[in-house]
Amino acid sequence: MHDFDYEAPTTLTEAVSLAAKHAGRARMMAGGTDLIDQIRLGRHAPDVLVDVKKIPELNRFALTDTGLCVGAAVPCFRIHGDRGIVEHYTALADSCRIIGGVQIQSRASIGGNLCNAGPAADSTPSVIVLGGIAITEGPEGRREIPVDLFCTGPGKNALHPSELLVEIRFDTPPPHSGSCYRRLIPRNEMDIAVVGVGAAVTLDADGRHFVSARIALGAVAATPLLVKAAGEALAGQPVGDEAIEKAAKAACEAASPITDMRGTKAYRLHVTAVLTRRVITAAVARARGEAVDYRPGH
Amino acid sequence: MKTRVVSTTINGDATQLLCEPRQTLLEVLRDTLDMTGTKEGCSNGNCGACTVIMNGRPVVSCLVLAAEAEGAEIRTIEGVAQGGRLDAVQSAFLEGAALQCGICTPGFIMQSEALLESNPDPDEEAIRFHLAGNLCRCTGYDKIVGAVKEAAKRRNAEC
Repeated sequence: MHDFDYEAPTTLTEAVSLAAKHAGRARMMAGGTDLIDQIRLGRHAPDVLVDVKKIPELNRFALTDTGLCVGAAVPCFRIHGDRGIVEHYTALADSCRIIGGVQIQSRASIGGNLCNAGPAADSTPSVIVLGGIAITEGPEGRREIPVDLFCTGPGKNALHPSELLVEIRFDTPPPHSGSCYRRLIPRNEMDIAVVGVGAAVTLDADGRHFVSARIALGAVAATPLLVKAAGEALAGQPVGDEAIEKAAKAACEAASPITDMRGTKAYRLHVTAVLTRRVITAAVARARGEAVDYRPGH
Repeated sequence: MKTRVVSTTINGDATQLLCEPRQTLLEVLRDTLDMTGTKEGCSNGNCGACTVIMNGRPVVSCLVLAAEAEGAEIRTIEGVAQGGRLDAVQSAFLEGAALQCGICTPGFIMQSEALLESNPDPDEEAIRFHLAGNLCRCTGYDKIVGAVKEAAKRRNAEC
């Protein structure tokens, strides 16, 4: 493996100055489950790996009445194991339970998943539909980037050189909200998504009309994709097949999948519609207070 | 010189070792410490053969830098049997023929130990889901799942 140096700063200031000092030749590492493999494969050759796991701000995990804050280094197992997340940010729990396997979830973080900017990232569609905002820190100070704008291309993100992701913030979903993430993979676990869809819906008090909705796709475009038209197709509509079908159609129109070893373009478009219908339906059930488990393989 | 000293605890023993930042925990266990029980299968976190327990959580050691072991508590397959006695998981694997070539077995045993620590009575679905990050080319998995069920039964009977 490429010969790099290793630093484990204990403060955010130290991390930013390390990043600035090495002028783009330093890489931040949280769980390292993508990064170490990529360095081994020669995709990156950093001078120094900055282990961010000792920085308190990046390990912050706080769920309050007003919202949720997930530090960039918080590992997946802490997220899906939290009852508050399972209840109020369910799509995030769905995603974190299926990223890699248990061993990967011990280390991998949604912050790292986001910064890695893979088109098929499993947590990013969930973060998008839940309205996540990325908080970054750099030599010029703090920025806030809506997560749907964070990934700019395969493996590319909106971070400036010497900038790092500190945390992702969410507002509390309104009452009568529910969310869901599902993906299609050849096996039951471990694979990279062929198609991934996240949905977050808010219903009226009767549970019979959509107030608002957000739908995001993974693995069917150059980046995880927020499909505004799909959300607009649901807003104000009665809950039912007609509205959901319109949303599924909008999702397919927004998707631009490629044909690769995981699936053909046509198959992925078909599955986009199927999954969009299913995740909206599950999100609606959850918004109505029904427990819907995500059991991979079922 | 990038070489650094790492102070860690492995199977309860305080250990100091020299390593380069680019060395993974897997590499250091096998090549520096001669603890070859932990196996290298894929080097990219897909097969689970290199699974160890780090600070109470199962991890794939091929994706952990040795430098990260600083201050950590690491448990490997070498630390499972106590005083030469196989534990419930190891006995169940052996008696249940849950291994053939054995290369995946240390990883499966460590992952199973972690599972039973977090869920002492898992059903088949929970076992298969939890072991999804461990691949076996020989057994077809059924006997492994059976062994974990048996180990859970034996452990729970002991209590």
